[in-house]
Amino acid sequence: MEKLVSFKDMAPGGIVVNPGNSLEYKTGDWKVLIPVINQETCTRCRICWYVCPDNAILELDKEYTTKKNRKYKVSYDVSSDFCKGCGMCAQECPVKAIEMVPVEVA
Amino acid sequence: MALETVKKAIPLSTNHAIANAVKDLDVDVISAYPITPQTTVVEKISEFIAKGELDAEYIHVESEHSALSAAISASLTGARAFTATASQGFALMHEMLHIASGLRAPLVMSVAMRSLSAPISIWNDQSDLFNARDSGWIILFAHTAQEAYDTIIQAYKIAEDQNVLLPVMVGYDGYVMSHTIEPVITESREKVIKFAPKKQYPYKLDPDKPVSIGAITPPEYYYEFKYQQVNAVNNSLPTIEKVDEEFGKTFGRSYGLMECYMCEDAEALIMTNASYASTLKAFLPDIRKEGIKVGLLRVRLYRPFPLQKFIEYTSDKKTILVIDRAISYGAPFQGPLANEISGAIVREGLKLNLISVVAGIGQRTVEYEDFLALARLAYEGKKHKETIFYGVRE
Repeated sequence: MEKLVSFKDMAPGGIVVNPGNSLEYKTGDWKVLIPVINQETCTRCRICWYVCPDNAILELDKEYTTKKNRKYKVSYDVSSDFCKGCGMCAQECPVKAIEMVPVEVA
Repeated sequence: MALETVKKAIPLSTNHAIANAVKDLDVDVISAYPITPQTTVVEKISEFIAKGELDAEYIHVESEHSALSAAISASLTGARAFTATASQGFALMHEMLHIASGLRAPLVMSVAMRSLSAPISIWNDQSDLFNARDSGWIILFAHTAQEAYDTIIQAYKIAEDQNVLLPVMVGYDGYVMSHTIEPVITESREKVIKFAPKKQYPYKLDPDKPVSIGAITPPEYYYEFKYQQVNAVNNSLPTIEKVDEEFGKTFGRSYGLMECYMCEDAEALIMTNASYASTLKAFLPDIRKEGIKVGLLRVRLYRPFPLQKFIEYTSDKKTILVIDRAISYGAPFQGPLANEISGAIVREGLKLNLISVVAGIGQRTVEYEDFLALARLAYEGKKHKETIFYGVRE
């Protein structure tokens, strides 16, 4: 477990003296379900990326060629650090390429 | 006061004395909402600003909740901030009291202590301030207009001390002090600023050095911040004592953390604060003539409680009679101060008979005869298990 600092080493008043440190705070550690994106069915429409309230859908510069030989320049993935498992991406996906699966299965 | 000293003094009510202190301290931001009996403090300050005698931002807010919010915010930008309140207004501030101390905002507030509704009463007691005793502020009481002026000056030097960084409130009695004119010596701004130079809040809001203030704090951190406050309040005591001593060296007036008056040969002490202390000082010589050997133990610093001084002053006494002007409903002793003294007695194993008295609620006047009766009670030194609600009609 991460070692927490003593009261002696904390700035008074709960004041955060190193702004931008919310990046270090992983907010996605309590999800039950996580989206799994099927790269074959995904049409790269970007709707999931738009609707995600936690910016947890990652658009990666990673080429992908489907079995039917359709080439995409990008792939989509999910940041497990920040995804809270709300399922909005799966709900909104027009081609049903996102499935919510239990974290321990994914 | 000696005649020569009086000649240098000007006639001021405690409210106006405080307004003068704010002017002489060159306070930057005043957020004000009027409430009886505090109103003339902020009225006078607005006059000073209108006349150009004080260059400050005067914010007319829509409530006391906002008054303290604005003062806290100003204070956290590095400005010297002030507000004043009483009674219902003080109660409305309650949420912000804890935020001020939690954020460690070094601001100063004066409190013209008054009773709380219902039933509504505009008169004096100390229910408002004692309601806030656990809000993490440094709390001082003044017993004269002069002491109020001096204590406001001391308060900024204490609050802004980089090892303290806590809000300070200065309490005094509504009407009995707020609207009573006394001789007060005021000092020049130059001298006052030299004594209490403005110190920048070390974590102030600054675009060049950004910080986040008031962020949510999870269970693994909150407790540590509260413990920092525990230490900050406790460790402020030597600073408060030092500031008072330095004040004495600079201006020739100092008050100590707690005052024991006609103490040395007294067998019993009456513990009280603010106007009751000055009234009792005037009465004690006559009370002594009745053969009643009592003294006055005046509470000046209330938070942090100067326990060592208390032990020192009571070491050879048999009885302490504590007058509370606020009620702790249903508590073992029903006066908040008496409860505290019982804690001190148990903690230190003192052999001191404690008599708890509630009096002066809603400004029920305590006259000479009443003080005489209370002094007798203290001198007799009998055990009284129950809090005595002095003067209530049966």
